[in-house]
Order: sequence, then C-alpha cells, then structure tokens
Amino acid sequence: MPKAQAVHVAVQEAPFDVAEEMERLSALSMLAGGVSLFIGQVRGGDGLISLTLEHYPGMTEKVMQALAGEAMERFDLLGCTLIHRVGRLEVGQQIVFVGACAAHRGTALSATSFLIDRLKTGAPFWKKEEYAGGSTTWVQARAEDDAAASAWDSP
Amino acid sequence: MVDVKGSAKTGMTVTVLYFAALRERIGRETQELAIPPEGLVVSALLARLGAADARAASALAEEPRLRVAVNHALCTMDDLVRPGDEVAVFPPMTGG
Repeated sequence: MPKAQAVHVAVQEAPFDVAEEMERLSALSMLAGGVSLFIGQVRGGDGLISLTLEHYPGMTEKVMQALAGEAMERFDLLGCTLIHRVGRLEVGQQIVFVGACAAHRGTALSATSFLIDRLKTGAPFWKKEEYAGGSTTWVQARAEDDAAASAWDSP
Repeated sequence: MVDVKGSAKTGMTVTVLYFAALRERIGRETQELAIPPEGLVVSALLARLGAADARAASALAEEPRLRVAVNHALCTMDDLVRPGDEVAVFPPMTGG
C-alpha cells in the first residue's frame, strides 16, 4: 500500500518546517512531476493580536486522514500532507500546511485547493480572536467558506 | 448476556462534549447524560440537555447552525444515539 505511506497528517502546537515537509513530498516518487503547497497564516488587521485554535482530539485526526485519502483517490496523487497547528498563534505565524505531490501540475494544484477548502469547514477546529485591549471573540463561520467546500461536491 | 453486563457496567448514559463558544456559554466541557436503553435521536438528546440545564438550553437555542458528531462522525438531528456513545456538540467549524 504505497499510497497509505504517502499520506502525512498531523495536529500539533509546534511550528512545522516548510522545507522539510516539501522535501518529504518531492522525494515520494520518481514519477512526481510537481509539488503544490498552501500555507495559511494568522492575518492581522483591526488590532488583532492572536488566534487561539481549539480542536476535538480524536475526531480531528480521523477527519484529516479521511480527507487526505479522498484527495489521493480523486486527484490520483502520489502523496499529500496536512498539518494543522493548535494553541495560541500570533499575527504572521503559520497555522496550516497543505501539500500535494502529483505527476502533473493540474492535479497537484487542484488537490491543494480541495484540501484547504474542505479542511476549513469539515475538520473540528475553532478559532478565537484576541484583540489589543484584551477583548476576545470566536470567529464566525463564513458562507464563502461553505460555498468553496461544497463546490467540490460535484466533480 | 455480555451486552447486558456491559451496559449495566457503564450505565445507560452517553458522554456529551461541548466545544468552542458553546463550551464557554454552557460553562462546562463534558457531562454524562442518562438515556433510554434503546437510545434516542439527536434532536431528543439535545432537548434533554436543555431541559436539564438552563444555560445549555439558551446556548443550544441561540446557535442556529449547531453541529453534532456521534463517535467522531458528523450526524443529523435524526440519527440515533445509543448508550455508551460519545456525542459532541459544537458551532460550525472554522479551521484552516
């Protein structure tokens, strides 16, 4: 089952090493024609200081594994990586790493979009914002994110 | 027989978990809830949670897009919950 080993999923507080994760993907197969990456980070503005990310241990990992497996099949990937950080992250810090390795660019790029779109609304993570002055607020789900995720429902 | 003994041991309960804004509003992370041995549907379970706790009642009523997972899988309000299940209740997810 070479495909199973090509999926790498993690939920962690620690930062991820982009170069290391990129290398893992590009070294997966001699048939690899490209690697596509998306890295999400904490967007600043309006006095935002940090996000605190909470998740549902146990379910999160299962959802991410299932999502990665779906992408492997749907886009005929050689490998993919999903890493999501939790805990308190300040503006500019990295939150999520999504990478896809495929024979050709089209499927690698599409798979990366698919993975981040579905991850945002389908995996049990929640963000709480902390502002200068100390106020906090839970991020509300956005209709655009739901639309982006469900756009992948019909291939 | 084994099933009966197992059920008696754990009691006819489910474990309920709350996350994010819902957890804060209700003021607790988890609770055990007694349910009938034959189970009950998610909507009925939520009604029982509200009946037992006024804070839960208002928090659940005021979240228009409540999500429920049973044993780590998202489910609908009509799905059945059985004794021993883990039921998580939370607002829409906002990862990525």
